Amino acid sequence: MQAILRPFAIKSSGDIARLGVILALLGLILFGALRYDYFLSPYNILSFLRYNSMFALIALGMAFVIITGGIDLSVGGTAAMASVVAALLSPHHWAAGLLGGMAAGLAVGAVNGFIITKMRIQPFIATLATMLAAYGTGLLLAGNQSVSVSYDSGFTVIGQDDFLGFPIPAWIALAAYVAGWLVLEKLPIGRHILAIGDGEATAGLMGLKVERTLAGVYLASGALAGLAGVVLAAQFGAGQPTEGVGWELFAIASVVVGGTLLTGGAGSVGATLAGALLLAMVFNILNFENGLGWISLSAYWQSVIRGAFLLVVVVLQAKLMKKHEGA
Amino acid sequence: MTTIETPASRSGPFSGGRLFTLAGRYGTFVAFLALILFNVIVTPNFLSLQTLNVNLTQVATIVIVATGMTLVIATGGIDLSVGSLMAISGALAPMIFMGRFWPVENMALAVALAFVIPVVVAGLFGLFNGALVTRFSIQPIIATLVLFIAGRGIAQVMTNGNLQVFKNEGFQFIAMGRIAGIPAQVVLMAVIVALAWAMVRYTVIGRQIIAVGGNEKAARLTGIPVKRVKLFVYMVSGLLAGVAGLVVVARNAASDANLVGLGMELDAIAAVAVGGTLLTGGRANIIGTVLGAFVIQLVRYTLLANGVPDAAALVVKAALIVLAVFIQQRADKH
Repeated sequence: MQAILRPFAIKSSGDIARLGVILALLGLILFGALRYDYFLSPYNILSFLRYNSMFALIALGMAFVIITGGIDLSVGGTAAMASVVAALLSPHHWAAGLLGGMAAGLAVGAVNGFIITKMRIQPFIATLATMLAAYGTGLLLAGNQSVSVSYDSGFTVIGQDDFLGFPIPAWIALAAYVAGWLVLEKLPIGRHILAIGDGEATAGLMGLKVERTLAGVYLASGALAGLAGVVLAAQFGAGQPTEGVGWELFAIASVVVGGTLLTGGAGSVGATLAGALLLAMVFNILNFENGLGWISLSAYWQSVIRGAFLLVVVVLQAKLMKKHEGA
Repeated sequence: MTTIETPASRSGPFSGGRLFTLAGRYGTFVAFLALILFNVIVTPNFLSLQTLNVNLTQVATIVIVATGMTLVIATGGIDLSVGSLMAISGALAPMIFMGRFWPVENMALAVALAFVIPVVVAGLFGLFNGALVTRFSIQPIIATLVLFIAGRGIAQVMTNGNLQVFKNEGFQFIAMGRIAGIPAQVVLMAVIVALAWAMVRYTVIGRQIIAVGGNEKAARLTGIPVKRVKLFVYMVSGLLAGVAGLVVVARNAASDANLVGLGMELDAIAAVAVGGTLLTGGRANIIGTVLGAFVIQLVRYTLLANGVPDAAALVVKAALIVLAVFIQQRADKH
């Protein structure tokens, strides 16, 4: 085992977990490619990427929040509200919809940052409250129904069109992940975020601007959730105030499967993407398996399988951690 | 009057710290009374038996689940799976007395089993949560996230996502029946709350729960079986979620695995937080949780009865949660 792992520069149990998720993703892709005729068809790949970009965006923001040792339960509600705002603004200009949706997300992020850093309320409760508030605001703005977007202003291009052969939502998610990777791995702020997750008090003593950094992380999570809402509205042609239920927990699961510890202080942008894709691929493979006709698993099985997947990952992580601590 | 907070004024009767302490201790109760007073004056027909019944029945399931949640949170944990466990129990019960598993020969026995089996199953799932938390040292949020995701799926797979409609007076007594004129679910709620309150106050396990949440290491060193205590609270939370699931489907005369208990974990956590149990553990204010649930329910009712849309009530609920926790934390510092 040690000999196999050496070339990958494994230094900690977190590294093993992150390598594991990437290997598992590759394994799943290989499994699908060998077993199903059209698994690697352009149609499947493109629709997979188009649909799952929203979840990838939210998982990225969640990864940053979790690395600081926090949590953001408001992302689903924020995405729903942002999709409504984007749909309402879309008749004016496509950019109005895009920026409006992101601004809605930023607003929720700002409130989260304020409650957490200034009122010193635990992130769990703070973002639980803003999740309710975001859903409420979205429903009020939408008048309790979905809001159709404008098809004349070009807003739907954001969700439905391609650029260089790839869906635009996938480009958006890719850009966000590259930016996220740069921030976490290459910029000083990334070190600060990791240090805060390791220990807020220590980071503060080292002279890091803890409050400002934390607020920035929640702003980023809000903005990414807003962006996911924009994509949602553009892709399905409507702002949907009741969408997004459970997205936050799906995002948390992606981050955890990606090997980021909930205790903060460590994590990886790339492994988070792999985690999000891995959980999404479970559903994709389930569809193909049904198509083969050997078995007939209803769509309801996907949550059972995702839950089982999460279970296996967290139990393995826990065992790795124990072994690592023991060594 | 304005008060300037200085160390000297902290002991003064009207200092900011004292105010926060008072607000932290009695704030929920005062809010509860204020809401009732407001409604008596403003809302037409508020003082009627019907209003009381509507509010009590709507709050009953939240209180039942929140009681279990209070115990879990007292140990420093959290249980996100309660809504999904409600769905499982709510899906199982009709399947039992409608003969989906085995033919029903004796309806009384089938109804009795429809009460017992789903609750036991939910309790076992609760034990599973507890095992993840204790055996593998997985953080409660993640450990219970597993069943939050998978649990509803299990309920949906069992029923194939179909709505189960039924009419069964014996089973529906748990929601529709009356005991001495009081709705059965309200009686059930009161009994559960009373038992939990007495347990926290007067029993060894009750004190152990508080000790584990207050300082786990110290609790372990004093010989408290920390793991067993944690297993116990997650099991109780599961059992109570199972009971609440039965009440919901009995009330609706239908079971929809997609909807039963949806979002219940948040309502329960909100009730606990507003009720003054710190989310960091070490305290279990059962009566506070009941008051917290009542305050949230009354706010919603007040807004609805006065023509404010349900969506706005969500925003108010959010503000309420933040305010309540803020006041309690400030009170705790002084």
